[in-house]
Amino acid sequence: MPVAESERHTSPLQVTPHAPPRLSHLRLLEAESIHILREVASEFERPVMLYSIGKDSSVMLRLAQKAFYPAPIPFPLLHVDTGFKFAEMIAFRDEMARSIGAELLVWRNESAIAAGTNPIALDTKRCCGLLKTQALLDALRHYNFDAAFGGARRDEEKSRAKERIYSFRDSAGQWDPKNQRPELWNLYNARVHPGESIRVFPLSNWTEMDVWQYIHEEKIPVVDLYFAKERPMYVRGEALLPIEQAFVARLGEKPQMVKSRLRSLGCSPCTGAIRSDAETIPAIIAELISFRSSERANRVIDHDQEGSMEMKKREGYF
Amino acid sequence: MSALTTPAFSIDDFLQNEREKDLLRFSTAGSVDDGKSTLIGRLLYDTQSVYEDQVRSIEGKGTTAPGQIDFALLTDGLRAEREQGITIDVAYRYFSTARRKFIIADTPGHEQYTRNMATGASTADAAVVLIDASKGVLIQSRRHAYIASLLRVKHVLVAVNKMDLIGYDEAAFRAIKADFSSVLDQIAVDTGSPVERIFVPVSALAGDNIVHRSDVMPWYTGPSLLELLESLPPSIDTRTAPFRFPVQRVLRPDHKFRGFAGQIASGTIRPGDTITVLPSGRSAKVGRIVTWDGDLAEAIAPLSVTLVLDRELDISRGDLIVSTDRPATVAKNAKAALVWMDQRPLELHRRYLLKHTSQTAPVFLTSIEHRTDPATLAHSPASTLHMNDIGAVTLNFLRPIALDQYNENRSIGAFILVDAESNSTVAAGMITAVSSLTAAGVPILADTWGPVTAGEREARWGHRGAVVEISGPLPLIDAIERSLFAIGAVTNRIGANDDAFLLHPTLLEIVTTLQVQSGVLALVVNANDSENLVVRADGQDLTLDAGNVDDVDDASGTSGAGRAVSAVHKLLHSTGIFISSEKAGL
Ligand SMILES: Nc1nc2c(ncn2[C@@H]2O[C@H](COP(=O)(O)OP(=O)(O)OP(=O)(O)O)[C@@H](O)[C@H]2O)c(=O)[nH]1
Ligand SMILES: [Mg+2]
Repeated sequence: MPVAESERHTSPLQVTPHAPPRLSHLRLLEAESIHILREVASEFERPVMLYSIGKDSSVMLRLAQKAFYPAPIPFPLLHVDTGFKFAEMIAFRDEMARSIGAELLVWRNESAIAAGTNPIALDTKRCCGLLKTQALLDALRHYNFDAAFGGARRDEEKSRAKERIYSFRDSAGQWDPKNQRPELWNLYNARVHPGESIRVFPLSNWTEMDVWQYIHEEKIPVVDLYFAKERPMYVRGEALLPIEQAFVARLGEKPQMVKSRLRSLGCSPCTGAIRSDAETIPAIIAELISFRSSERANRVIDHDQEGSMEMKKREGYF
Repeated sequence: MSALTTPAFSIDDFLQNEREKDLLRFSTAGSVDDGKSTLIGRLLYDTQSVYEDQVRSIEGKGTTAPGQIDFALLTDGLRAEREQGITIDVAYRYFSTARRKFIIADTPGHEQYTRNMATGASTADAAVVLIDASKGVLIQSRRHAYIASLLRVKHVLVAVNKMDLIGYDEAAFRAIKADFSSVLDQIAVDTGSPVERIFVPVSALAGDNIVHRSDVMPWYTGPSLLELLESLPPSIDTRTAPFRFPVQRVLRPDHKFRGFAGQIASGTIRPGDTITVLPSGRSAKVGRIVTWDGDLAEAIAPLSVTLVLDRELDISRGDLIVSTDRPATVAKNAKAALVWMDQRPLELHRRYLLKHTSQTAPVFLTSIEHRTDPATLAHSPASTLHMNDIGAVTLNFLRPIALDQYNENRSIGAFILVDAESNSTVAAGMITAVSSLTAAGVPILADTWGPVTAGEREARWGHRGAVVEISGPLPLIDAIERSLFAIGAVTNRIGANDDAFLLHPTLLEIVTTLQVQSGVLALVVNANDSENLVVRADGQDLTLDAGNVDDVDDASGTSGAGRAVSAVHKLLHSTGIFISSEKAGL
């Protein structure tokens, strides 16, 4: 059958044989991140990847697989476990490390956990300080890591928008945002004195939308909590609180089944769920387009006071 | 998977459209308080690129009138910035329109933070330069335009801001346009980089001509700033440029596989292409282009890939793989434009670390050709560069390095300098001229310049110039001099108590200064009967008990003299006078 005129007009994309097509936005981001991962692995003595099980970590891990293929990932993964992560997250973590053959280190601030630290007994700020920041600094010191990859993105929060890709930290792990090293082109200064270190953010230039599109295109496995399902929740006005930890419940409060999902994975007492019907990644992406609030809006920790993320980072949080 | 059907919205169409969007990176520039952050905040707000909780968190705060959002607070994300009402460091923001994705670097205008402006501009394809209409062209507007031009930011959108403060006056806009156009022309002559510029009158605060065309300036019929940003050509296309591939890492999972991992800096590569490895100059053919997603039949910049060659070559991190037809230049000397970014000023003949592509190598700055005054663009002689100064220098590498000029290849012509002691990033540099070597590694004479430099001497002799004061028993002094001579060091021995120096107290300093500048180890000796041998170099002391020089250590079999000599070698290495432990004879 001859091709109709009108059909030809519907495909106006003419590919010239000698100029290969331009790279898509995701390919550009991927190439930049792989470059960063390889630089760090080659320039530091003891790098580690902070693996937090969430969507950003999942993307970062896939990029690490790609960066060193066909060789294995040349550094261990480190999960800082507060003890309040969802059980599904821990199961996913162990299965992921096993299936890709990565070395997984888990660190917990056991003494603080044994002392009953939780965000209700203390406030969220002090709880985070002990279970996340302190645990992270202890782990980095214990293993003597001189570089740590984190999956943080600049579009998450406005102090993060100020981060370098190589974020210099002094010997106490602290960030000095008023005195950052200039960082030009893709030339990263990896020099540190003993005890100092660099936090590296290979996903700096990715947005939440980029991350989901990449997960979709690359078929990257993510924790089931991201997908909408009927889940038991404590319903408090707009807020949905997972029932994972018993101490969250108020006196006499009964959970209800709500079709919901998590937009960002954190500790169960401090991460609110959202009402959602998004059961697939395309549905999550469609939902993302309609969102009017940022992904961290459901996290208690960022909102304790103005600039709380910056303060946590100054204290050594990643 | 459940079949989710929304009639009005097709996710597949959306994803397909996303895949076809291109990317533009731009940075802001201009003087302090001319409204850069306000403009970016306004751009994000009017394109619905900020979330409601982010807007809520800044309502009722900042420097603006009641009820008026201070849009600068959307990007000024540090506490100190909000307290002082200025931007201190770059904020990176992201947004997209139906046509394209944008990465914004909102940079500080304050002169003290010029290095952060350079950080933001170094990866930008375009710059939005702001000028406060009520103030006109200020020196910092010139400085930033100059840096953007040096960094080869091709497109400049000049936003003449705060038009609301001058009654949206057309004449004032035209005057600023004429004034700044001539500044940009002068800059282009100086940097050799023509700048495409478009002027647009705006009010960031009121939102005029930012996203939407405004009707308060009927005399302006051009597009809004966002329309201009959407229509600029996308990032520089390097697919047809000569192939450049800095090797980041050698991947050797087992004895069968040996691949070279890196990111293609420019050009296109296919299996079967002939490549050359620099600086060694050996050639091979590309066997495979390996990625996790499978081998590629073709790879283009800026993909990150792994190359497998058809034969074994000695290649390591820092080498540059280039197309054999159009290679880069291997050089030991080059000229460069430099932006100095450290409190501590530039020191000629001091050893810095050059970070260039994937290599780090020692480098000397052997001369400063001139310093450029950003206000007048005049070149003046200079003996140093201070923080935020811009100048032209000559570089001397201790070993040959493969380079392109920055105006030909941004990736292979860019470098930073790092201070080896403080580890600070002290300068950003752009190669402007390269003095090439012959195939045998000899500089081509017509291409080289100037007198023999300290760096060249250091490379040949293995040490830099220094005064080494030695006092103690004569036999030990002799042994030290002889052992330094034996490893090829260039020394000159001076008796500190010689009559000439006692008669003319400043003479010793004059002589040793000349010797140090020439790269010689000036041994200033003082032979005496002391029990101790004291050696001092570069402010570090060494004191040894000279009483038992003739003893032999039973365990190691070395004599006391031998131990003293080796302690001196170690001292000269730890002070950095010898460039390596090998050169120090250790
Ligand atoms: N009237 C008027 N004021 C403006 C306009 N744009 C910005 N401003 C005000 O100018 C002041 C400085 O604005 P910023 O956006 O912080 O300036 P900036 O260029 O980012 O400053 P630095 O980043 O510190 O260099 C603020 O008080 C703004 O509200 C404008 O179009 N009209
Ligand atoms: Mg600002």
